[in-house]
Parts: sequence; C-alpha cells; structure tokens
Amino acid sequence: MGEAIVITSGKGGVGKTTTSANVGTSLAVLGKRVCLIDTDIGLRNLDVVMGLENRIIYDLVDVVQGRCKLKQALVKDKRFDDHLYLLPAAQTSDKTAVEPSQMKNLVEELKQDFDYIIIDCPAGIEQGFQNAIAGADKAIVVTTPETSAVRDADRIIGLLEKEDIEPPRLIVNRIRNHMMKSGEMLDIDEIVTHLSIDLIGIVSDDDEVIKASNNGEPIALNSSSKTAIAYRNIARRILGESIPLQSLDNDPKGMFSKIKKFFGVR
Amino acid sequence: MKGQKQQYVTIKGTKDGLTLHLDDSCSFKELIEDLEIKLSLNQKRNEDVPFVPVKVKIGNRFLSHDQEEEIRSIIRNKKHLVVDLIDSNVITKQEAEEMRKKHEIVSVAKVIRSGQVLKVEGDLMLVGDVNPGATVIAGGNIFILGTLRGIAHAGFNGRRDAIITASVMKPTQLRIGDIMNRAPDAVQTDNNLMECAYVDDNETIVVDRLQQLTHLRPNLTRLEGGI
Repeated sequence: MGEAIVITSGKGGVGKTTTSANVGTSLAVLGKRVCLIDTDIGLRNLDVVMGLENRIIYDLVDVVQGRCKLKQALVKDKRFDDHLYLLPAAQTSDKTAVEPSQMKNLVEELKQDFDYIIIDCPAGIEQGFQNAIAGADKAIVVTTPETSAVRDADRIIGLLEKEDIEPPRLIVNRIRNHMMKSGEMLDIDEIVTHLSIDLIGIVSDDDEVIKASNNGEPIALNSSSKTAIAYRNIARRILGESIPLQSLDNDPKGMFSKIKKFFGVR
Repeated sequence: MKGQKQQYVTIKGTKDGLTLHLDDSCSFKELIEDLEIKLSLNQKRNEDVPFVPVKVKIGNRFLSHDQEEEIRSIIRNKKHLVVDLIDSNVITKQEAEEMRKKHEIVSVAKVIRSGQVLKVEGDLMLVGDVNPGATVIAGGNIFILGTLRGIAHAGFNGRRDAIITASVMKPTQLRIGDIMNRAPDAVQTDNNLMECAYVDDNETIVVDRLQQLTHLRPNLTRLEGGI
C-alpha cells in the first residue's frame, strides 16, 4: 500500500510541476515505484517536463469516464525500468470533467500498485485543487521567497488543514542566494516562522533546471548538479531519512548552521 | 371580600423618584386590575407638571414583550408618569446565553491564515499568529499571544472601549468599533513588542505600550467573570 503526496502552492509559476517531476524522478532513482499524476486538466505540462508527451494515448479523463482502463493510460518512463509511470491530464477537457470522489477512487487504486503517488496540483483553489487533494495522504507546499507566493502558500495551508491530510511540509524553491544574503529577498527563516509548518527542502534557482525541462529530462537525473542533490535530499526525507539541509553558498558555517538549526527543531 | 384583597401594587417614593413594586405571586390579570385601581386613585390633576419617570420592579415575574408593553401603556395613560425602566430578577435562557457569550473569553490556539476569518461574540484570546490576509473579529477585546499581521476588529457591535493587544503588533489594519486605522506605508523598524491598541479621546486608534492599559481601561480587570 503506497502513499499519495500532493504537490501544491496556490500561486502559479513557483515550480509545482518541476518539483513533482524531480521529486518523482528522485524517488524512482532511489528504487521506489512511483506514479506521477498530472491533475492540471486543460493545461497539462508534466508530460512535457518528463519528456513523455509523444507517448500519451489515453489520459486521466479517459480513465475517469471509463473510456479505457487505468493500466492503459499509464505512460511508462523507460529510463527507470518499471519504476516510474505518468498518468497524464487531458488537454481537451477542463477541471470540471473530474469529481473529487472519482479522483479519490483512482488514487486508491493506484496505491495498490505503487509506493508513491505524486499528484501535481494546478494553480488556484478551485475545483482543480479540490480534485488534486481529494485522494492525498500527505501534502507538500511549494513556495518561492516572494511575499505573494508566501501569502498564497499560507492560504493553501489553511485549506489543507481543513482536509483529512497530514500537516503539509514546505519546499522553498528558486532561492537566489545573493539576493537572500543582501536581504532583498525573504529569508528562509522568516518564511518558515510565518507559515509555521515543517521545512522539507530548499532548492536554489538554477538555469540548468530550465534547460533540463526543455529537453524533457528532469534535472534530478543529472547527479552532478547541486539542484539534483537538493531534489534527491527531498526524496530521501520523504522516505524518512534525516538529512541536513544543503548549504546555499560556499560558506558552510553561517547559513548552513542557521538552517540546520530549525531543521533540527522538527 | 373586596376589603381583604391583597395589595399587589405598592408605590414607593425614593430620592431617585417613584418606584412601583409589582407583586410576582399573583396572576398577571390580577396585577393589571390592581395596577389600574392604584393609579386611578387620588387623582390630583396637575396639568403643568412634567412627566415623572418611574422604575417598575417586578421581582421574579417574567414578562413577555406584549405584557411589558401593556404595563407601560397603563402607566403612561393614567398619570403623568413615564416608565423609565422595568427591572426583573429573571431573564430568558436566550438572553442569558447572549449575555454569557458577550462576556466570555473565547480562547483559540491556532494560526489564522490568509483567507480565514475568526469571529467570536465576546473577548477573543488567540494563542498563535494572525497572518496577512486573515481577519479576527470579536464583540469585545482581542488578546493575541503571537504576531498580528492581518486585520483585527475589536468591539464589532460598536464598542469603542474595546482594545486589541498583541505580542508582536504588525497589523495591516486595526478596527475598533466603527473606527479604522491602517498601518503606515513606511516600513516600521521598531520591533512592536507587547503593544495594545485603543481608541483615544480624539476618536482615533492609538498604539501604545501594553502597560498603559492599567490606567486606560481599569475595567479590564474582571475577577468575577464580568457579569
């Protein structure tokens, strides 16, 4: 019996899809059987980031409406030898094509076969969001060090607290080290106290991530990249290992120990 | 029979004015009859005398709204009297419940997040933060053990004597009664620890040190539940 984790943020463009792709990839690299679900019906792009666009035959809406079997719609990622599958969203319908109860049943069915179900949530708090969280056991909230993203993350956490889901955990994405150091960006400490939830990882802003998504190869596959390590660390923390946060700069003393401090609190 | 009739209505004069004591053991009908008789006795017509306010004490009797009106109109019609106040020892459960709600301190331990609204009838004691975009509303005072970054509205029924306190006071807006105040646009550098907000004599909201409240709102000290 696997567990379902929804990756959400409220605000668009903070990196939900990239995070879903990379966390999913990292879990697969670590030997888990993972299924990614794109719930952004009408605006799908997890398939593009994963480089699986041209293999889609059936989609989420086809499964829910009974036009095909669940197994038929799953797109296998050949790079991972039966470890990673994607259930793509439909591009032609919209969010109302699926009901939360149907999503719940679908996720329950997938949990029989997979260790982890990673659900990529659309932006917003409307039906797409309700669908995405319907079947989830856990939630990860992605934010960037911007006030607007933190505000939306706060709203989302409030909504998640009302659901029957474990307390969400936080990823601070797209950190620009030099701006955070100069105080032009919210620092991680500030974000975590503000949102008062546990931090599960931090990811720096990295040009390589954009390059990798364009090529359809999640950055987590490139084990020499620092960002890949950040994602793999997140995956290992999901598995329950306790790993200190990565240092953001070349001065391991200052920031490292600072971040480690509140990671130690959890 | 008539001579032995019990006195259901007694009129007493005090230095504050007249008080009518209405017996609470007889039926309402008997009471009304007696009231009519008492007030029509010793008519001393004195047209120029202004209206005299009277207090009506009805003991342990409960009057419905219609009954209360009836008594008021009888008293008003008979003499130069105006009912100032009807004082009863009993209230309905509903009234009691409302009173309790108005006076109780509701304690809540959680973070109020963006988009959430927490509303209570009485005083609010919040253990946790109020994040930007969140609102807390109370009929009475608001005490926040945490950071206030959102909107706080104390005394929403119009009580201007209500106050707002916070361990860290960085609100987007403060409202007390019908008065509103927003945060200055310039970034505040001081740390705003242990502060309170109240309405001053100029009808504006002032933020000050918490310790000032002892002098400003002495009735915040309520050792007996406040009722």
